[in-house]
Amino acid sequence: MSDTSTNTDTRGAFRKLADLDKTAVAPFLALAALFVLGALINPNFLSIDNLLNVLTRSSFIAIIAVGATFVISAGGLDLSVGSMAALVAGIMLLFLNSAAIDGDMAMLCVGVVVAIGVGALAGLLNGAIITIGKIEPFIVTLGTMAIFRSVTVWLADGGSIAMKSTSMRALFRPVYTGTFIGLPIPVWIIAIVGILAAFILYKTSFGRHVIAVGSNEDVAKYSGIHVNRVRAMTYVLQGICVAIAVVVYIPRLGAATTTTGMLWELQAITAVVIGGTALRGGVGRIWGTICGAFMLEIVGNIMVLSNIVSEYLIGAVQGTIIIIAMLVQRTLQKKK
Amino acid sequence: METNKPLNASNVPVLEARGIAKAFGPVEVLTDISLSIMPGEVHAIIGENGAGKSTLMKLLSGHLKPTRGSVAIDNEPVSFAGPVDAEHRGLVLVHQEILLAPDLTVAQNIFMGRELKRGLMVNDREMNRQSAEAVRSLGADIDPTTQIARLSIARRQLVQIARALQVPHRVVIFDEPTASLTPIETEALLKVIRDLRDKGVAILYISHRLPEVAAIADRITVLRDGKLITTRNASELQPVDMARLMVGRDMSKLYPEREDTAAHQTVLEVKNFDVPGYARDASFTLRKGEILGFAGLIGAGRTELLEGIVGLRHGSGTIEFNGKPITFHTVRDSMAAGIVYLSEDRKGKGLLLAQDLRTNLTLATLEKFTKGPLIERKREDKSLDKAISDFDIRARRRDLLAGQLSGGNQQKLLLAKMMLLEPSIVIIDEPTRGIDIGTKEQIYQFIANLAKAGKSVIVISSEMQELIGICHRILVMRSSRIVGEVTGDAMTEEEIVVHATGVKINEAELYSAGNA
Repeated sequence: MSDTSTNTDTRGAFRKLADLDKTAVAPFLALAALFVLGALINPNFLSIDNLLNVLTRSSFIAIIAVGATFVISAGGLDLSVGSMAALVAGIMLLFLNSAAIDGDMAMLCVGVVVAIGVGALAGLLNGAIITIGKIEPFIVTLGTMAIFRSVTVWLADGGSIAMKSTSMRALFRPVYTGTFIGLPIPVWIIAIVGILAAFILYKTSFGRHVIAVGSNEDVAKYSGIHVNRVRAMTYVLQGICVAIAVVVYIPRLGAATTTTGMLWELQAITAVVIGGTALRGGVGRIWGTICGAFMLEIVGNIMVLSNIVSEYLIGAVQGTIIIIAMLVQRTLQKKK
Repeated sequence: METNKPLNASNVPVLEARGIAKAFGPVEVLTDISLSIMPGEVHAIIGENGAGKSTLMKLLSGHLKPTRGSVAIDNEPVSFAGPVDAEHRGLVLVHQEILLAPDLTVAQNIFMGRELKRGLMVNDREMNRQSAEAVRSLGADIDPTTQIARLSIARRQLVQIARALQVPHRVVIFDEPTASLTPIETEALLKVIRDLRDKGVAILYISHRLPEVAAIADRITVLRDGKLITTRNASELQPVDMARLMVGRDMSKLYPEREDTAAHQTVLEVKNFDVPGYARDASFTLRKGEILGFAGLIGAGRTELLEGIVGLRHGSGTIEFNGKPITFHTVRDSMAAGIVYLSEDRKGKGLLLAQDLRTNLTLATLEKFTKGPLIERKREDKSLDKAISDFDIRARRRDLLAGQLSGGNQQKLLLAKMMLLEPSIVIIDEPTRGIDIGTKEQIYQFIANLAKAGKSVIVISSEMQELIGICHRILVMRSSRIVGEVTGDAMTEEEIVVHATGVKINEAELYSAGNA
């Protein structure tokens, strides 16, 4: 059973091709298929403008889903991200409206820091309850989902929190609508978040530990890894990602309402799963996740452009996609 | 030994393997096995770990399909659709592992999936009554309404057997049924098996406990490296012959030359150590260069005691390391001090089976492979090269997953992983469980070399021969306590068994008494 692999150069290329992890490639093939479908339905679909527009609109989910990739690869789950987004948005807007600091620019910068702080704290709360309390993440984040949502409704007094200062609004808007070297700012933010996340997950020991914990918690423990610390940290990262998504989201609407972020958890988890990350943990695919978020938005876009299926059914289509994605993953893994 | 003449012997084998073979991928684990089991006989299958016993059982009981050859019942070739199909044909397998629902009662487990009903409701009273009877017929007295979780391993084993025998059966396959039983419980079980045989049931008995095989078997088939070596009448084979046939060579060469590497200097002293629920008041010392064995029955608390000491479990007591008192709050603390523990559960706690060799190798020592926040893959690869050659890890390709390695190579990888921590004390729990004989020899040699290099080794093992073969000193645990120490010429199986079970019985006498 021991053969040295020295003279396999000739077959090396083929072998590499055959070895390519199919679950890693599948999301990108599906994306290509959607491109073809979109182009057939409406020639405008493939225009650069339309695609960038779709990519921009997918940015919130993409960024949140990048955070969810860490949580899920470590074997966890976070259902609270949608409510957390609403809470972070609410608190950030209340802070911006307080005019505590002179100068709109300074206010905005501190506001972003506040948002990230609140997101990180909310994530830490989830992580701490899950690891110290030894409670299923599903239950804990179901609880905090209700808590975050309810606190937001209370802060908004049942209505909405809007940005008061028109000058600040004007200053903040480009974060969503602006471009930089021809690309929309949100697309840049997706790229930066993606690169940072991929670096952390694939190149650092923390990332390796995340995969180890998700792969087998006992092995991680017996290898001297601080399992609880790693798991809690994934929820903190998730919180930070939610906050970044909020910073991109607020300039789009300029307000937080009681329904902000509704069902985002569903879309984020869908993006992660169709991106090839295993729901049981141990495999994490950052670029697959971003591709997944993009696909969800494209499906919506194609439905709007085509008029074949009512766009009210978009939730049904997305729901179908996650189930099909799981079936495809299952069969691909079986063949391995 | 007298041959036990079957009561209702006939010349038609009730179950027969006709040249069956099984391959997993390109690896053939079982080659051209032909054997027959007659009604009313106990046919023992013996062989080392990895000889193919379990695979053969799975083929005969419908859990696996043969790659070649066929299985026949009453001279008719059959192809099982699955284990349930095999059961319908009267073939019952009593698994080695306990497969019972711990939260349900004895009766609920015995009737699981075939509950007795009265109208729409389950008939608990009748199931309890029949369960009590079934358990009693096995020579035990267990309240059928007891939760499985509250029973000892031995009693769970009996419940499992009772469950298996609820099905109408013509052939019963016992897969290492006595692995976790005391001699008295073993004898009770052997009696049950003899009763079954006398009723004309055919028994396949898999074990590597040779005295027991000699006591119960009518015929014996020896497997080695996936091949059938011989089938003989039990009366023709002494345990010594069986061992020789199983191993295929002289047993004494398996263990390295014993060298007195133990120095006087004590490196570890444990005093009055408690691990709640598992170990009580344990005290022992370990010297530099010493190989110290921990023997005892499964469940005696050996694993838990040492896990407690290294900080993997909650425990309390005094630990002196190189003369200084020390406390390990987490396993990281003991690793930092230079004590490593290799779990008996290699697949569940030792290696990430779904990750590659490199990831596994460096998992416990990643900080040694990072520059700033970045993992340096090149250095990891170099380290893997070194581990592959130092530990003779045989992998077809470097990018294999740990789960694709054989048991022996997994153990070597785990050793390599833990040795990266540069420990001065190595604790190895069941170092050769599920490992082929050639690799065993390598691992024993490796342990001897560690001691020669001045490191201290603690070996926990359920294989007494192995402890006797490599250790300088053996501690024996029974019911959470260290109850004895054997050294030098006193290191014999009999001596260890006496301490481990707390009963002084001549095993041979016991078996023959039951056989009469």
